[in-house]
Amino acid sequence: METRKAIHMVDITKTFGEVVANDKVCLDIRPGEILALLGENGSGKTTLMNMLSGIYLPEGGRICVNDNTEVIRCPRDAYNLGIGMIHQHFKLVDVLTAAENIVLGLNEHKLIDLKNVRTQVKAICDRYGFVVEPDKKVYDMSVSEKQTLEIVKVLYRGADILILDEPTAVLTPQETEKLFAVMRNMKADGKSIVIITHKLHEVMEISDRVAVLRRGKFIGDINTADTNPQQLTDMMVGRAVSLNIDRPEPKEPVERLMVQNLTVVDADGVKRLDNVSFTAYGGEILGIAGITGSGQRELLEAIAGLQTMEAGSSIRFMPPGKEEVELVGKSPLDIYKLGVGLAFVPEDRFGMGLVGSMDLSDNVMLRSYKCGKSAFTDRKTPRALAQKIVDELEVVTPSLNIPLRRLSGGNVQKVLVGREIASEPSLLMSAYAVRGLDINTSYTIYRLLNEQKARGAAVMYVGEDLDVLLELCDRILVLCAGKVSGIVDGRAAKKEEVGLLMTHLEEEAKA
Amino acid sequence: MTQLISLFQGGIMFGTVILYGATGEILTEKSGNLNLGVPGIMYMGGIVGLMSVFFYEMNNPAPNKLLCILIAMGCAFAASVLGGLIYSILTISLRANQNVTGLTLTIFASGFANFFGGSLNKLAGGVGQISVATTSAAFRASLPFAQDLHPILSMLLGYGFMVYLAVVLAFVTNWVINRTSVGLNLRAVGENPATADAAGINVTRYKYLATCIGAGISGLGGLYYVMDYTKGTWDSDGGIERLGWLAVALVIFSSWKPKRGIWGAYLFGMLSWLYFYLPGLTRRSMELFKMLPYLVTVIVLVVVSLRRSRENQPPAGLGLPYFREER
Repeated sequence: METRKAIHMVDITKTFGEVVANDKVCLDIRPGEILALLGENGSGKTTLMNMLSGIYLPEGGRICVNDNTEVIRCPRDAYNLGIGMIHQHFKLVDVLTAAENIVLGLNEHKLIDLKNVRTQVKAICDRYGFVVEPDKKVYDMSVSEKQTLEIVKVLYRGADILILDEPTAVLTPQETEKLFAVMRNMKADGKSIVIITHKLHEVMEISDRVAVLRRGKFIGDINTADTNPQQLTDMMVGRAVSLNIDRPEPKEPVERLMVQNLTVVDADGVKRLDNVSFTAYGGEILGIAGITGSGQRELLEAIAGLQTMEAGSSIRFMPPGKEEVELVGKSPLDIYKLGVGLAFVPEDRFGMGLVGSMDLSDNVMLRSYKCGKSAFTDRKTPRALAQKIVDELEVVTPSLNIPLRRLSGGNVQKVLVGREIASEPSLLMSAYAVRGLDINTSYTIYRLLNEQKARGAAVMYVGEDLDVLLELCDRILVLCAGKVSGIVDGRAAKKEEVGLLMTHLEEEAKA
Repeated sequence: MTQLISLFQGGIMFGTVILYGATGEILTEKSGNLNLGVPGIMYMGGIVGLMSVFFYEMNNPAPNKLLCILIAMGCAFAASVLGGLIYSILTISLRANQNVTGLTLTIFASGFANFFGGSLNKLAGGVGQISVATTSAAFRASLPFAQDLHPILSMLLGYGFMVYLAVVLAFVTNWVINRTSVGLNLRAVGENPATADAAGINVTRYKYLATCIGAGISGLGGLYYVMDYTKGTWDSDGGIERLGWLAVALVIFSSWKPKRGIWGAYLFGMLSWLYFYLPGLTRRSMELFKMLPYLVTVIVLVVVSLRRSRENQPPAGLGLPYFREER
C-alpha cells in the first residue's frame, strides 16, 4: 500500500561548530499517526524537530510538506505550513494571560480582540477535551496547565502536525494519562503527532510507529506493534543494554540521619516543609517522590544547611565511627566536612553547584579551594580528580580546560555527581540526577549510586520517574505539599499507590 | 500660594524633560533593550535641534515660527533616532553588552554635544552665549489668554506646547503597549524573546523599531530642555545629563508604565525644586534636598520588591541579547 506523507525530510544535516547534530537524516511523518522519536541525549531529536518548526535552518537536505518542497526559515513559515511545536521548555510569556499568549504574533495590525479568542479557544477545548482558563496568568499555572495552553496555542494557529518535545518529563502519571487521551483525540481528528521521549513504556503505550536516531544519524523506523522495549533500546544505544536496575539487599543498615519535626517556611510565609520526620539508613537508597515543588528541594537544602528552619526542627546525623551531631545551626561548610554531599541538578543544571563559564578542574576545585594552609590554592589535586571523573564516568570533553557550559547536559551532570561522590560522603543526596539524561547515562548514574550504597553510605535520591524510583530504591518517602504522605517499601509498592500518595493530602483536605 | 504655584510650574517644566526621556526609555525597555544611553540621546536631540535652528535663524532675518519648530523637532528627532540606531546595531545585530554600549553612547554624546555647543557659542560671538530667540519664543508660547485666567487655570494651561505633547505621547505609548496587538507582541519580545520568536514575531524588527522610536522620543526631552527650560541657549554644565539619569530612574519609579510616568515626572520635578522654596536652607542642606528624587526611587524599588507583584517587575528579558540558534 502506498502511504501518503505529511512530512518528508531528506538528508537533513545541521552542525553546531564542529559538532554534527544531524547527519543526513531522512524521516517521514504520515498523516494521522503518532510517531515516537527516540534517541539518547545529543542524538539530535530536538535539533531535527527544531528545523521542522523553523527555529534552526538546515545546512543540507530538503523538507517536503504534503509533497511540496518547502524552505522553513522561521517559526511563522512553519505555522503557515500547519506545523506547530510544543517545546520542552515552554515558550510562554509569564506575565501575560492564556488568551494573550495564544494570539501572540497574530493579527499585527489590529487591536486585541480577546472576546473572539475566548470563543475560539473554548471551541478547541471542547473538541479535544482540554481545560484552559483564558484569563489566567501563566505564572499562576501549574506545569500541566502550561502544557495544555501550549497545545491549544498550536491548535489555534491551525496546526495539523504537532511536535511534542518530552511532554511527559514534568507530568504526574495521572496528568500523563490525560495528555495521552487528548493525543488520541487529536489523532482521531486526523492530526499527525510527533512525540519525543526517553520513556520506553510511553512509546509502547501511545505511538503507532517509532523512529530512532543515534548520534545524529537515522537508525531506522518500526511499527510499535512489531517491537519491544529491549529492541528499541538496542537500536538507540547501538549495542545490547540491560534494562534492569540492580537493587542489592541493604547490608546491615545503620541509622545515619534522623530528621524530626522539620519545618521550613519560605520568604513569603508559605510552609515549604511541614513537620517532616524520617530516618535514613546507611547502606540503603531512600527515594523521595512527589510532584515537583512539594518540598524536595527544601528538604535536601535544609539537611545541607542552606535553609533556615523553624524552632523544633531537629536533624541528627550519625557519621560512621563518630559521635552523633545535630546539623541544625551548622554552616553548610561544616556539614559538608562531616561527610554530607549534595548533588542537586536544577532545571538549568547551573543553578546550584556548578559554574558554567569555569572549566572542569576549577569546578571540581569549588569544593576544595579552602583546603591547605598556603596562601595559594592547590590546583594539582582538583585537576587530578577532574581527570579521574572524566575517565571513570566517560565524560565526553576535548580537554579539562574548556568551560563547562560547552559540554552537553549529560556530561555536565556527570561532573556534578562525580564530584560529590568523590568526596566519599557518608550521606549522599542527589536530586534529579538523571533529569533529561538518556538511558545509557542514567544507568551509569544508578550504578554509581548503588556503589555508594554498597560502600555503606546513606543515599537519598529525589527522582521524577516513578518507574525508576520503584526499581532503584529500598524505601520511598512520598512528599505532598511539604508533608510526608507516606513511606513505602520500594520492593512491594505499586506505582498507582505512590502516585496516589503524591496527591493524597489534597484529597484528604477535601474529605 | 504664589510660592506653591511657582513650585508647581517649576515641577511641571522639569518633569516634562524627564517625561520625554522616560516615555522613550519605557518603549525601548519593553523590547528588552536597556538603553543607558538616554542622557546621551537627550544631549544629541538637544544640540542638533539647537544647531539646526541656529543656522536657520542666522541665515533668515525673519524666520518663520512654524518652520522653526518643525526644523528643530525634525532634526532633534532624527539625531536621536540615529543615536538609537547606533545602539541597536551594536546590541541587537552585533550583540554587544547593553550596559557598556549605553554608557559609551552617553559619554560619546555628551562630548559631541558640548563640543558643538561650545562651537556654537563661539560662532554666536558677543557675550559668548548663543540664543535662538525666535524659535525659543515659539516653543514657549502658551495660549494667548492663559496668563489672564485664574492662577490655578493658568498654572495648568500656561506652558509651551511640548509640555502637553509629552503627556499625549505618554498616553499614546501606554495605549499602544497595552491595547494593540503590536504592543502585545512588543511586550512578549521584551519578556521572552525566544517565545516571541517561536510565535512568529520578528524579534529583531521589534527591537530595532522600539529602540529607535524610543530614542527619538527621549531626544525630544533634550530639545525641550534647550528650547524651553534654558530658553534657547546652551550651557555646558551637564544639566541634560543629570536629567537624563533622572529619566532612567523615573522608568524604574513608574515600574515600566507610561501613565504612571506622567505624575511620577511631575513629582520628581517638584521634589527636585523643593530646596529652592524651603526657607532657611543652607548650601549644605540644599544638597541633601536635591537627593529627594533618587531617594524616592530607592524607596519605590524597595516597596515594589517587597510586594513582589509580577506586574511591577521589569521585562524579564531586559538587558539580555537574543540569538535564535544559541544553545
